[in-house]
Amino acid sequence: MSAIVLLVLGLGGMALGYFFYSRFIANHIYKLDENFKTPAHEMEDGVDFVPTNKFVLWGHHFTSVAGAAPIVGPAIAVIWGWLPAFLWVTLGTIFFAGVHDFGAIWASIRNRAKSVGSLTGEVVGKRARAVFMIVIFLVLLMVNAVFGVVIAKLLINNPGAVVPVWGAVAVALVIGQLIYRFKFNLAWVSLIGIIVLYGLIYVGPSMPITLPDSTFGLSASASWILLLFLYAAIASLLPVWMLLQPRDYINGLQLFVGLILLYAAVIIANPSVVAPMINMDLPANTPSMVPLLFVTIACGAISGFHGLVASGTTSKQLNKETDARFVGYFGAVGEGALALAAIIAATAGFASLADWQAVYSAFGKGGVLAFVNGGATILHAGTGIDAAVASTMLTVMAALFAGTTMDTGLRLQRYIFQEWGEIYNIKWMGKALPATLLAVASCLVLAFGAGGADGSGGLLIWPLFGTTNQLLAGLTLLVITVMLVRRKSPTIYTLAPLVFLLVMTLAALLLQLKGFYDQQKWFLLGLDIVVLVAAILVTLECAAALKDEKRKAAEAE
Amino acid sequence: MKETLSKLKFWYQKAGELGAQYYNAPYRAAIARAKREEDDLFMLLVFSEMMGVPNPASWYCLELQPLLLERFHDWHQRMGMEHSPLDNFRCC
Repeated sequence: MSAIVLLVLGLGGMALGYFFYSRFIANHIYKLDENFKTPAHEMEDGVDFVPTNKFVLWGHHFTSVAGAAPIVGPAIAVIWGWLPAFLWVTLGTIFFAGVHDFGAIWASIRNRAKSVGSLTGEVVGKRARAVFMIVIFLVLLMVNAVFGVVIAKLLINNPGAVVPVWGAVAVALVIGQLIYRFKFNLAWVSLIGIIVLYGLIYVGPSMPITLPDSTFGLSASASWILLLFLYAAIASLLPVWMLLQPRDYINGLQLFVGLILLYAAVIIANPSVVAPMINMDLPANTPSMVPLLFVTIACGAISGFHGLVASGTTSKQLNKETDARFVGYFGAVGEGALALAAIIAATAGFASLADWQAVYSAFGKGGVLAFVNGGATILHAGTGIDAAVASTMLTVMAALFAGTTMDTGLRLQRYIFQEWGEIYNIKWMGKALPATLLAVASCLVLAFGAGGADGSGGLLIWPLFGTTNQLLAGLTLLVITVMLVRRKSPTIYTLAPLVFLLVMTLAALLLQLKGFYDQQKWFLLGLDIVVLVAAILVTLECAAALKDEKRKAAEAE
Repeated sequence: MKETLSKLKFWYQKAGELGAQYYNAPYRAAIARAKREEDDLFMLLVFSEMMGVPNPASWYCLELQPLLLERFHDWHQRMGMEHSPLDNFRCC
């Protein structure tokens, strides 16, 4: 089958979702009001609360939520065949992610732009909030540990990407200085920055860099992971204007260029999908598709992490309430489009079914490397870009996304430690450097504790990241649903995704629990139990909060 | 031709403005906060002598004080002092 069919059906479906379903939700469920004074106007302070143009805000929201996850998840999940992944990404974006992200912004602006965490405390209860804090810490911990492994793997498999990946850091540092210190024109700086970045991608393959197989007894993978965490720790301590801001900006531009090129290449080259529609010939030890599909693809279908961004910074900058539909729902569509590109690259970028099967020889084997190799084949065929350069380009795209998410993730984790330092009056923990070291140490314990000497623990816990992330999405949907009950609006559009997510998450956790016990993986077993307890508590909180609200609504009538 | 040029100029400016907003939006708050912290430190230096902290550059700081008085009230409140700490200057 032609990949163009997938592209047209997927993007077409999401476009219909945006034009019709999101309008229905905006008008009849959330009942957006153009005249509602948003917190950006009501509490405008030029710092946190600033009314922002909706296109700009969409760009900010989309690039903040798009990390490596919409690439990694779908590229692993196509092991069950392209159809399940395609359906979950398309329908998940239309009926789950769009409603969730858009709802998170709406719920936040209706409550003075509070974050989902404090909203949970106020709308649902203090116990739910305590669970929320645990879940968010686990999500951050897993994101950092997982992305460290993903980048290390990418750099080992494509040594030509080392120069552009680390070169991008230098480019960002120079851009930051040029804009802030020397007040250079942004348009010229961005243009030169992009040209230099793509120049590095072009020369990268001719200057491959590999680490020695063993350094102080550490494998190349372990050395890269340690180097990456060292970098992330330094980046999270530097002022944001110096590295993070220009790095995110240049990354955002690169994402737009990369996505446009990839989609254009699919249309020009018209590759065939070689992967089976539904894979009946699954490799040994592949877990069951239901429920694992729904937690393997989190970002790109529905992700709790989006709720944090939506209610954290996006809601404080929303100019009009009606903009929430464009920023939130269309932001989810952007992420869905990235996941769709990952599915096409990982199923249509191979010469034959045998080639595809060779890559997908075991669960978790495909992943981001399948995206890079498959995508590079399509890019080469469609645009004529040299195969090595195309593969470096996609490696850099994935690695930079994982890298910026790690920077931000580590910074957020540091804040949590600093907050705990203040709450429990542990003075040294309240300071930036020790808190950063603690954050890095906790990630390294996970990476090396679960994965052994090569530090690949992050990837082993990927399904646990999915479940934890979906739990977070469940909590956000719960807050929205409770608010809808109070406003006497129909709740089925948020309640149905909430129930579905909780059922799938609980089922996945139980299945994994048995698996970890059988394989005697005690570290993962312990972590699984923590997430499972959180999931059960969330489910109970959901039931109690909704019952309580419905009773109150009935009494009021 | 002239009209096309002015149209192009208008769109270039518009794109530039949006680009600058896109660049700044995610980090506006963090940078504004960092700038405020720097300003607070500067304020502390300027007013240090009045609060009994010896300052070798007090002459220059004295010259700067009138320029900072407008922001003085916000600053002392942020520093946790409900009323002006200076006997000879009462802003609230």
